[in-house]
Amino acid sequence: MIKFVLMVNQQGQTRLSKYYEPVELSKRAALEAVAVRCCLSRGKHQCSFVEYKDFKLVYRQYAALYVVVGVTDSENELSIYELIQNFVEVLDKYFSRVSELDIMFNLDSVHIILDEMIQNGHIVETNKSRILAPLTAIDKMADGSETTPDTPRFAIKL
Amino acid sequence: MALKIVKGSIDRMFDKNLQDLVRGIRNHKEDEAKYISTCIDEIKQELKQDNIAVKANAVCKLTYLQMLGYDVSWAAFNIVEVMSSSKFTYKRIGYLAASQCFHESTDVIMLTTNQIRKDLSSPNQYDTGVALTGLSCFVTPDLARDLANDIMTLMSHTKPYIRKKAVLIMYKVFLKYPESLRPAFPRLKEKLEDPDPGVQSAAVNVICELARRNPKNYLSLAPLFFKLMTSSTNNWVLIKIIKLFGALTPLEPRLGKKLIEPLTNLIHSTSAMSLLYECVNTVIAVLISLSSGMPNHSASIQLCVQKLRILIEDSDQNLKYLGLLAMSKILKTHPKSVQSHKDLILQCLDDKDESIRLRALDLLYGMVSKKNLMEIVKKLMLHVDKAEGTTYRDELLTKIIDICSQSNYQYITNFEWYISILVELTRLEGTRHGHLIASQMLDVAIRVKAIRAFAVAQMATLLDNAHLLTGNTQRNGICEVLYAAAWICGEFSEHLENPMQTLEAMLRPKVATLPGHIQAVYVQNAAKLFATVLKGEEGNTDSTAAQEASQLMIDRLPLFVQSANLEVQERASCILQLVKYIQKLQQKDVEVAEEVNALFAGELNPVAPKAQKKVPVPEGLDLDAWINEPPSESESEDEQPKAIFAKEEPKHSRPRHTEVDEKELARRREARKQEQANNPFYIKASPSSQKVYQEAPGVEHIPVVQIDLNVPLKVPGLPMSDQYVKMEEERRQKERAEKKKKEKKKRKEKRSGRGKKHDSAPESEEDITPAHMVDIVTEEMPENALPSDDDERDPTDPHKALDIDLDKPLADSEKLPVRSHRAAEAQKSPTDGETENATLQEPKKKSSKEKRGKKDKERDRKKSKEEKKKKKHKHEDKEEDLLVDQPDEPVLQSEETSQVAEPPTSSSTNAEVSDLDFWLSNAPVPSNTQEAATVAAAAPEPSVTAPDSEPDEPKDTEMEETKSSKHKKKKQKKEKEEKEKKKKKKHHHHHHHHGDGAGEESVQNGTVEEEEPLPPMSNYCLLAENSYIKMVYDIQGNLQDGSQVVVSVIFENKCNSFLKSMEFNVLDSLNSKLQRPEGSGPHDGLVVPFQLPPGVSNEARFVFTVQSIVMPQKLKGTLTFIVKNEDDSTHEKVDFKLHFTCTSYLITTPCYSDAFAKLLESGDLKSSSLRLEGVNMPFHHLLARICFHHHFSVVERIDSCASMYSRSIQGHHVCLLVKTSAQTVSIDAKCDEPTLLGNVLDEIKQTFSQC
Repeated sequence: MIKFVLMVNQQGQTRLSKYYEPVELSKRAALEAVAVRCCLSRGKHQCSFVEYKDFKLVYRQYAALYVVVGVTDSENELSIYELIQNFVEVLDKYFSRVSELDIMFNLDSVHIILDEMIQNGHIVETNKSRILAPLTAIDKMADGSETTPDTPRFAIKL
Repeated sequence: MALKIVKGSIDRMFDKNLQDLVRGIRNHKEDEAKYISTCIDEIKQELKQDNIAVKANAVCKLTYLQMLGYDVSWAAFNIVEVMSSSKFTYKRIGYLAASQCFHESTDVIMLTTNQIRKDLSSPNQYDTGVALTGLSCFVTPDLARDLANDIMTLMSHTKPYIRKKAVLIMYKVFLKYPESLRPAFPRLKEKLEDPDPGVQSAAVNVICELARRNPKNYLSLAPLFFKLMTSSTNNWVLIKIIKLFGALTPLEPRLGKKLIEPLTNLIHSTSAMSLLYECVNTVIAVLISLSSGMPNHSASIQLCVQKLRILIEDSDQNLKYLGLLAMSKILKTHPKSVQSHKDLILQCLDDKDESIRLRALDLLYGMVSKKNLMEIVKKLMLHVDKAEGTTYRDELLTKIIDICSQSNYQYITNFEWYISILVELTRLEGTRHGHLIASQMLDVAIRVKAIRAFAVAQMATLLDNAHLLTGNTQRNGICEVLYAAAWICGEFSEHLENPMQTLEAMLRPKVATLPGHIQAVYVQNAAKLFATVLKGEEGNTDSTAAQEASQLMIDRLPLFVQSANLEVQERASCILQLVKYIQKLQQKDVEVAEEVNALFAGELNPVAPKAQKKVPVPEGLDLDAWINEPPSESESEDEQPKAIFAKEEPKHSRPRHTEVDEKELARRREARKQEQANNPFYIKASPSSQKVYQEAPGVEHIPVVQIDLNVPLKVPGLPMSDQYVKMEEERRQKERAEKKKKEKKKRKEKRSGRGKKHDSAPESEEDITPAHMVDIVTEEMPENALPSDDDERDPTDPHKALDIDLDKPLADSEKLPVRSHRAAEAQKSPTDGETENATLQEPKKKSSKEKRGKKDKERDRKKSKEEKKKKKHKHEDKEEDLLVDQPDEPVLQSEETSQVAEPPTSSSTNAEVSDLDFWLSNAPVPSNTQEAATVAAAAPEPSVTAPDSEPDEPKDTEMEETKSSKHKKKKQKKEKEEKEKKKKKKHHHHHHHHGDGAGEESVQNGTVEEEEPLPPMSNYCLLAENSYIKMVYDIQGNLQDGSQVVVSVIFENKCNSFLKSMEFNVLDSLNSKLQRPEGSGPHDGLVVPFQLPPGVSNEARFVFTVQSIVMPQKLKGTLTFIVKNEDDSTHEKVDFKLHFTCTSYLITTPCYSDAFAKLLESGDLKSSSLRLEGVNMPFHHLLARICFHHHFSVVERIDSCASMYSRSIQGHHVCLLVKTSAQTVSIDAKCDEPTLLGNVLDEIKQTFSQC
């Protein structure tokens, strides 16, 4: 099963973290640091799987952003590798050309997407439109009931 | 974005939203911490406000800060507040924050129970969804207990979106509240067949995860998963299922056999690499688990290896990595298949990616053989030279040593080469593994006697050039080899060319810079060398050399006496005093050499690690008894023997000469040799004369094989290992050549000795004989040593609690806690059957009660569903009973309803297992008639004209079963046997439901894979027929009551009118009587408890009491009924004759072959035989027919011969031996009742004459 999903940038700053097994806050920082160091230090020519302690890290790099997934030993690396791609594609579809800033400013939406795809460490959904269905419904709900004066994405995307 | 600007709130305008916060943090790079702390203060202010929008905004920001590593647990209560907002936009912010921040010890979680429950039951699916998602992150045991029932209800929600989430979260609930597993499992299992693929996948995920931890409890699900695997097209699901099978196969090797084929198909067909990889992995796992029992799966292995080769050759580094990873798994069991890809693996050593190189190294370890060891190591040495980065180089170094030393140097044929490799490795810069090289040097020098001279020469050179190793402080790790070098030179100093020179090298002042433990060895071994020098000089008249040596010692040792290291100091001062004394003697011209040498006399032998433990306690010696009176405590401390022999002083482990007298020793030796000779597991010394047992007492129980080096080589300076590679090749060539020459002729002395040895050497499998052999120390274990317990599971592992037997029937107490009390058992009227039409029109429904339940309120519906599940569970269980052995605990229930409510009485749990056995067995004829029937029923039976209501179903058994079940409810006096039968059928029904048709069925059952499928069979034969109605019947015995048989009659309405008020009556005979309800007269008819709409059929059962069962008999009877049209109704009747065959008194009873043999031997049985000519059907069909129609079971089948067994309701044994040749079948039969036997044989004959 999946232990955690991280999104970090090249400077090692965490942009998203989601744990599927409780990890103490203090240990999270250390874990993230190590995981990030493991992945960032690897070159393009190196494979995307790193063995670390009792679990494996599967990562993928998208421009300056890394998606790192920690999985138990029993998980199929390739399927997780594909899952990351799938996740990023969904983000890309939702944000139409996703950028690091999108993720930072819309952390809650990203979480909703992630929650639709992975639940307590298992893959629940991989179909893009079905993943996005709840989110679009929520957006509609929000649009209908409230006015969002500045869509933050606009403001920052420049 | 999720914020709401509340109009009218001026304050709100100045609040930061999440975006502002993120932006702010980015703009305060220098004083980020300070900025955030001000933000947190602001947030605290915001949280104090009453406005929920403000609070939600604050919580949203906190979530972000939490991600950055700030502790926000102080806001837990505010998070709960936001969670309970009625507005979804806020609610989800709350849940998100909770899922990120809450953990089990967050105390406010207890406040959330009701809120979550409310959200779970919200009409808005997104409310439910967000609650489920959040819950999965912070569920606690309390929450799990309180909400388990709600979540379980959601598993049957109408929306797949909710269902799949509910299913998944159940996994967490199980972990936190293991008691929920059993009540919830039936529904979970049900979800495996959910119409929505998402839900299905979720259920697969959960069960896979559960099963991986406790596979044995889930074995019974194998057939279901197997079906899913062959039918699913979702790769994610497939991967999970295949992984699950990987966990199950070690428990059930037969499952592995079944899997191989579909898996190889998938490997061939899939284009998804991840799936391919998973399949290959599982095939490997399967083959590993089968490796003992499977003769030939080289094809599958080859396929895997081929596919992996493609992966490894791929330019994608990921695939390459995984390919190597999987390859290493194959290597463990099938090294040969991998070895052929050595080239590819070696290529991978040049890969840019270190992790790939490391994987390749792992592989190489298993790939070496005597032939290629030198070549591979040579390649590795090249890599060592060019490797960058010490980690990888160290890894290479350890691998080289691992590869060479594995299995007791099994693959090394030339130890000179190996020593030179080790010496070459010492030139590695900055390695941490000096001690590893050192221990190898020591090991080889001690164990391979033949190599000692060579090793000593090499070590002397090393000592001489010690400055090369110690010159650089950074290379300190490597100086460990000097420890080995010094010890080897000292211990085996008799092999030294020039001991004096080495002695000098060991006493150089520079040595004092080495680590203490090495210096200690230097000092000690200098003394040994000194003794050797003295010995060498003894004959000489000129004693100056010896005196020089003494002088050298006396000059140099004081340096060590001053050492800060205690060990060095002590040894040095001892030895210094000794040498001074010797010098004095020398000056007096006393011969001292012998005495000095005696200090170091004796031979060192390798000792098995556990040898000490194995020394037997002499008879009559009580180790616990006091030898003297217990001493005072202070004394005992002093007397404690030194427990640890310092490493630095190997001498201590030398055998001490004990006072055992020679005779006793000889006797013991003899006894031991005798014992060894008789022990097949003992590695015996080859008969070569060169091999001599070490005779030193004390260690003599350790067999030591001595080998002499036949090509003594003296290579000055550091050797180049390549040189030895060449020499070894020459040697091998020479050897081959010699072998060709028929070696009758006496060879050159040295060679011939070895040649002989080779011939007897057991490991000459590769035709390469080692230049030297290694002393083999059998590492003995105490006889009663237990294999390390596999129960190494972490006691805190939450999955341990989930090791729950799921096949056991649910007890009444095992219910999920329900908050509101529910209406107790939904009251079902005993005359349930009156729900006429609905029931009749849907014969597929398992029970009308359940159906009715569905119509009820939702709550009621849930309940009844649960019951249904439970019931099903119970049924399976009962069935097992029937299969394994006839149950002796009758469950007498006349009412279905009560049956549901009552806790199950039977508890045998191997039912599922026996079912599984059947599924797994590839035997052409199932040993159980019922099973055979099920298989046989895969296609519709022509003789029974089943109604159209179940077009998709295999009609025969299904129909019978559905009807029977329906009927059952109404029939009040059905006894247990019948019930069981029904249950069994029901169970099958359940299975059949999974299949879409006959084809599916065959795959699922797997019985038909090898031989052609069995034709459809039915035991129902026509009872009577007219234009209105058709009746078919079957008779089954009742084992529980030796005097009862049950007649199942299927009534089929053939006309367009309604048939009602059916009354069944039989004219009793003396021997057989229809059982009528109490109070009715002997001639009253029985009311058939249902009505028949047009075109519908239904089954009723009637119990008959019989006295004698040895003869068949017929009973006349009548069925009267009313045909009701729209306008009029008529009375009709039909007469029939019930034929009670002797077969119908037989009950399928499994019998084991040994019991069967005993029975035949007993001689109580009368025999009879039967010949059938012109039987034109496969043998297994024949057997299946006998099983099916005549209630036999196959005891054993060998080729075209089978023994079969059955038992009558009155306990007569009937044994058959069926043989077939060409078209003739001969049946030899034995039975304790000849009349019965004769009749049964007649009936068998008739069965086959009909077909």
